[in-house]
Amino acid sequence: MQPSLKGRREGSPWVGLWAVFFKEMADHLSSTRMRILEVLILFSAVGAVYAGAQTLRQTVSEDPFLLLRVFTAAQDPLPSFVAFLSFFLPLAAIALGFDAINGEYNRNTLSRVLAQPIYRDALLWGKFLAGLATLALILLALFLLVVGLSLIFLGVPPDGEEVGRALLFLLATLAYAGVWLGIALVCSVLFRSAATSALAAIAVWLFFALFWGIIAQLLAQAVAPYDPFNPESELRQAEALLAFSRVSPNTLYAEAIQAILNPGVRSLGPVLISQLQGALLGSPLPLGQSLLLAWPQLTGLIALTLLLFALAYVLFQRREVRA
Amino acid sequence: MVIEAQGLTKRYGKVVAVEGLNLAIEAGEVYGLLGPNGSGKTTTILMLLGLTEPSAGTVRVLGFDPAREPLSLKRQVGYLPDSVGFYGEMTAWENLAYIARLNGLPKAEAERRMGRVLERMGLAEVADRPVSAFSRGMRQRLGLAEVLLKEPKVVILDEPTLGLDPEAAQEFLGMIRGLKAEGITVLLSSHLLHQVQAICDRVGLFHKGRLVLEGRVEELAQRVLGGAYRIRLEASPLEGLAERLGALPGVARVQLEGTGLRLEAAQDIRSQVARAVLEAGASLTSLVLEQPSLDEVYARYFQEVRHAA
Ligand SMILES: Nc1ncnc2c1ncn2[C@@H]1O[C@H](COP(=O)(O)OP(=O)(O)OP(=O)(O)O)[C@@H](O)[C@H]1O
Ligand SMILES: [Mg+2]
Repeated sequence: MQPSLKGRREGSPWVGLWAVFFKEMADHLSSTRMRILEVLILFSAVGAVYAGAQTLRQTVSEDPFLLLRVFTAAQDPLPSFVAFLSFFLPLAAIALGFDAINGEYNRNTLSRVLAQPIYRDALLWGKFLAGLATLALILLALFLLVVGLSLIFLGVPPDGEEVGRALLFLLATLAYAGVWLGIALVCSVLFRSAATSALAAIAVWLFFALFWGIIAQLLAQAVAPYDPFNPESELRQAEALLAFSRVSPNTLYAEAIQAILNPGVRSLGPVLISQLQGALLGSPLPLGQSLLLAWPQLTGLIALTLLLFALAYVLFQRREVRA
Repeated sequence: MVIEAQGLTKRYGKVVAVEGLNLAIEAGEVYGLLGPNGSGKTTTILMLLGLTEPSAGTVRVLGFDPAREPLSLKRQVGYLPDSVGFYGEMTAWENLAYIARLNGLPKAEAERRMGRVLERMGLAEVADRPVSAFSRGMRQRLGLAEVLLKEPKVVILDEPTLGLDPEAAQEFLGMIRGLKAEGITVLLSSHLLHQVQAICDRVGLFHKGRLVLEGRVEELAQRVLGGAYRIRLEASPLEGLAERLGALPGVARVQLEGTGLRLEAAQDIRSQVARAVLEAGASLTSLVLEQPSLDEVYARYFQEVRHAA
């Protein structure tokens, strides 16, 4: 229940936050889950560099954005590093968050912890931030591995702009992982059983990964039907499709990293000829412009993360401490 | 008053878990909340700690309102839940260290206190073992160690002897009695009446969310059993004895029990009873004064409630 709704509470909601954070962080880093994730990280980094190297050997090495190519190049049967990340990170985030709150219930530790002089805010924030920090650590490790390996095998040091883009890419990826951590956290409050919670979070992930594209298409057709005699209707349908598919964090993330990792991208979504007038096709955009292009998607991902956290917060405040 | 509640009520939808509870517990007292399953003991405790919000009524613990000043309250009040759990993969020491950090204790002070409470609870040797390997009794003692870690003024224990074997339960109750000696106010809940009887200064009897009886164990016995003195005797032949003894002054009732009789009386009238038996020409083989037990108070009370219904 929420004693805080009545009148002002004393003290700060953050008391105890760091105690929770460091305990959860230590739990994550020493867990078996983490060992599994580490193995996956190693494989994916090696795979990415291998695929990148193969592709680059086949193309002319006149490319000014070599490092970014390593990120995006796919070599059959290996997916590109970026594709792999967008597949792997939601699962990692879910693995770190699915039993955050229900785990405390199931171990009968919640009432003991909440009997200490802290607010529930500190517990939830501590767990969320610890999950996010662990994901950031995973990402950073991956990133340094890929950069290091490509330095060794490709022998090209990345320049300033490339590093900037790569770091932005990391940030976008962290925001994307944050969304899935938020979803896992909500599930961990909603479902008392850890297995149900994990399954529910994975179901959401599957839904967006597999089905949302089809559903968005159907919705777009329903909202803006295609009329063969009206050339504008095709554009309207395309716009509707884009709007619907942007509900999915996967789309937001895909668009954001497309703009960040591909300096040649000048627009996200349907492009009109009039917008291309005066533009040099294929000439790369400066970093600032790419960032501007990805800005709505980036803030969208961050806002979605905060929204999910707020939902978990409200649900958790209303929960009885008793199982 | 260390713990004060007025008109405390908790409803879960239509279910009334606690209704109109008035409670006043003084410093240094050991108070027992008694009642059958589902009578509202745990709910009361959670409301006292601010872990669940009352539907109505006011609570003050050490003068703090659990809804508005939960931090000050919980800094000085220790709580041992009925199903105490720990992080199994962490050692006893690590579990305590986490709680110490949540309490904001400085490291040196925390380690000093942890060493002391583990020693006191007899867990010093197993401090470095993961808690998953602990027995129920060890967990319970670790729970009490954790409660003592914050050097509380008030300790609230929910079913502290639940799941302990009789010997461990006695040992645990001894530890609780030790708290009283330190001037700590103790509130505990239980349905094991004979245990509570031994350590509680006062008890409150819960029935369907209401506090129906409250007082010292002897007082309650007097009130519910009619007479505080129960005398058991064995004699033969028993014929006519019951009527004779029932006529003695101060006898509330006489009951046939097995091969003997049980009397309830306002005073210790053993000598009169002995005389009456001998005068009736019967031979007396045993005559004992039984201590009134809470179990009987309890059984009798609920018997009466059932009769009244
Ligand atoms: N979250 C809840 N939702 C609905 N009803 C509840 C909830 N928690 C407790 N109750 C009800 O409140 C009543 C009091 O429960 P409580 O746990 O306080 O009893 P208790 O005296 O502690 O019992 P026990 O000896 O079994 O621990 C019960 O009837 C129970 O069903
Ligand atoms: Mg209970």
